Amino acid sequence: MSRAAILAKVRAALKVEPAQDAARRAAVGARLAGAGGHLVPARARGSGEELVRLFKSFLGAQGTDLIEVAARAEIPGAIVRYLEAQNLPLGVRTGSDPNLAELPWADAPDLVRECGPARPDDLAGLSRAIAGVAETGTLVLASGPHNPVTLAFLPDTHLVVVRRETIVGSYEEACGLVAVELGSARLPRTLNLISGASRTGDIGGRIVMGAHGPRRLAVFLVG
Amino acid sequence: MSPAASPFASRAANALADLRLQRALADVPGGFVAARARAKAALPEFEALRRTGRDIKDHALGHLDLYLEEFERNATAAGTNVHWASTASDAADIILEICRAAVARLVTKSKSMVSEEIGLGAKLEAAALEVVETDLGDYVIQIRGETPSHIIAPAIHLGPADIADDFRRHHSHLPQDRDLTSPAALVAEARGSLRPKFLGADVGITGANFLVAKTGSAIIVTNEGNADLTLSLPRVHIVLASIEKVVPTLDDAWALLRLLARSGTGQEFTAYTTLVTGPRRPDDPDGPARCHVILLDNGRSELLGTDMREVLRCIRCGACMNHCPVYCSIGGHAYGSVYAGPIGAVLMPALVGPQEAGELAEASTFCGRCEAVCPVEIPLVGLMRRWREISFRQAPGWRSRVLLRGWAFLVRRPRAYHFAARLGVVLLGGLGRGRGAYASFPFAGRWTRHRELPAPQGHTFQALWARRQRGEPR
Repeated sequence: MSRAAILAKVRAALKVEPAQDAARRAAVGARLAGAGGHLVPARARGSGEELVRLFKSFLGAQGTDLIEVAARAEIPGAIVRYLEAQNLPLGVRTGSDPNLAELPWADAPDLVRECGPARPDDLAGLSRAIAGVAETGTLVLASGPHNPVTLAFLPDTHLVVVRRETIVGSYEEACGLVAVELGSARLPRTLNLISGASRTGDIGGRIVMGAHGPRRLAVFLVG
Repeated sequence: MSPAASPFASRAANALADLRLQRALADVPGGFVAARARAKAALPEFEALRRTGRDIKDHALGHLDLYLEEFERNATAAGTNVHWASTASDAADIILEICRAAVARLVTKSKSMVSEEIGLGAKLEAAALEVVETDLGDYVIQIRGETPSHIIAPAIHLGPADIADDFRRHHSHLPQDRDLTSPAALVAEARGSLRPKFLGADVGITGANFLVAKTGSAIIVTNEGNADLTLSLPRVHIVLASIEKVVPTLDDAWALLRLLARSGTGQEFTAYTTLVTGPRRPDDPDGPARCHVILLDNGRSELLGTDMREVLRCIRCGACMNHCPVYCSIGGHAYGSVYAGPIGAVLMPALVGPQEAGELAEASTFCGRCEAVCPVEIPLVGLMRRWREISFRQAPGWRSRVLLRGWAFLVRRPRAYHFAARLGVVLLGGLGRGRGAYASFPFAGRWTRHRELPAPQGHTFQALWARRQRGEPR
């Protein structure tokens, strides 16, 4: 009942005439079909190497830790070294994402790796980003059967693996990579754009890390 | 118009005399304002993006009926239950019914100005639900029984010492002598207190920064990650959003998101920007089983039909209040309304009526900084002026009516204005020659109570200007 009333009031307010109906629907249809892309900042249109440099500089500005590894096989060892350097226990919670599951975990025998959605006492969560956005140093993560969303928010430390060739300039391009990976236009339940660890400025205007979500974010850039 | 007697004026006077408040507000220019300037300087396309933002919102508002239907269609296809609410109480009733059906006991909430607008917290508590605000600023406000004083920094009127006192009182199970001097200690304590609430909540309620028609998604932006815990852990997620939040496509949302954080906090991008589309999917390992979106009208459709439609472009960044000399002098609570600052001054009279809130439009020097920084180019000064005109027509006091009529008569007649100005300069200049200033003056008692009124010296501005144009010495 409210639905019809609200839509009728909106149409009355917009003074919609029946004669305009076709033209209005055509304008909306064209817009939804993707007509009229908007201005994308020039900084998002650099070469591959420039974009990676920009991405890394924004991570630094956010206070995100960056660990670069030459090959995927080096990730387990790099995670162990990072956790040790932070004085954290050698344990991570992760999803069943095949990109992570097939890594040579046997090379890091001391690392306890548990699978599934985050639990309240998990200290570190490990996720994979589908893309990294250079224009603001933003990681793009999709929830799904193999990628619990809670890994990014409940544990104190969030570790994210992202491949160098998936660093793109803009949010628009990152969405393109998401669509390719998921093989459909339908978005996952959550698409998480992450630009740094949890923070707040609500007390005295000073930025404090670890408001409710992770206190620290570490990006493992591969390749 | 007798400002001394109005509740707004007395709240403003109290705010100006409140040293704690003044100390807290003193940080705004160095904080948000400087950060926005840096973010704008780092993005050469910023001004062009403001025009893009304006055009996107105008297009969306001009086709709002069709985009709402498109949103509903796509959200429903993703498994979301879409509800329509004409009024504040309709929306509250729908939310209560969802909570009842979920046999909810504990509800977590993430920042939502629309929920403040409809008084949701009190209505849920009246139904015996435990409601916990999870944005840190909102949490502090809830403990204090206050309302937010800023749309993105709800506790901006408080200093760390105030919050430490509140935490000692509220978290009475913790040792009284604990150290709460640093913001970090306060944040850690709030984190510890809120964790069990996040984990135990049955229903999570969030607002939405944008709704995307094409994908049926809600976009929710936070720095703390509290919205993400609120929308991932409970069994039910409710999005409460007003109808003007809908934009056509993700590309439109990206353009607006490039403006939002830079304008508000001055960040390049907010830490967490989350696109939520429906409840958990069949094979998802976590997420809520149900997702509801409530589309609230509450006065927007009326506003859409007026010449103040531009107000509905607002993306709630807070830049207008950060840059407002009046807001930065009196803070948000003095406005006595849900939305404060310049956006509050144009939105509140539309939402609750000019009799109730028309006076807020008087709280401006018309310096124009608000509309110069607005990311969607809302003509805030012109809109405040229009509310002043409406208030003037409706119920002015005799004094302001006579003065404004007289003023209007003169400024429309340059010769008469010039004559009156010359008369004033000659008379007042002559009478006040002795001291150069008046210590008291008829009808100007409120000025001369605090400072002297300088006596005019020499000539009118027009006369000086004319002489200068002729190239004569001043």
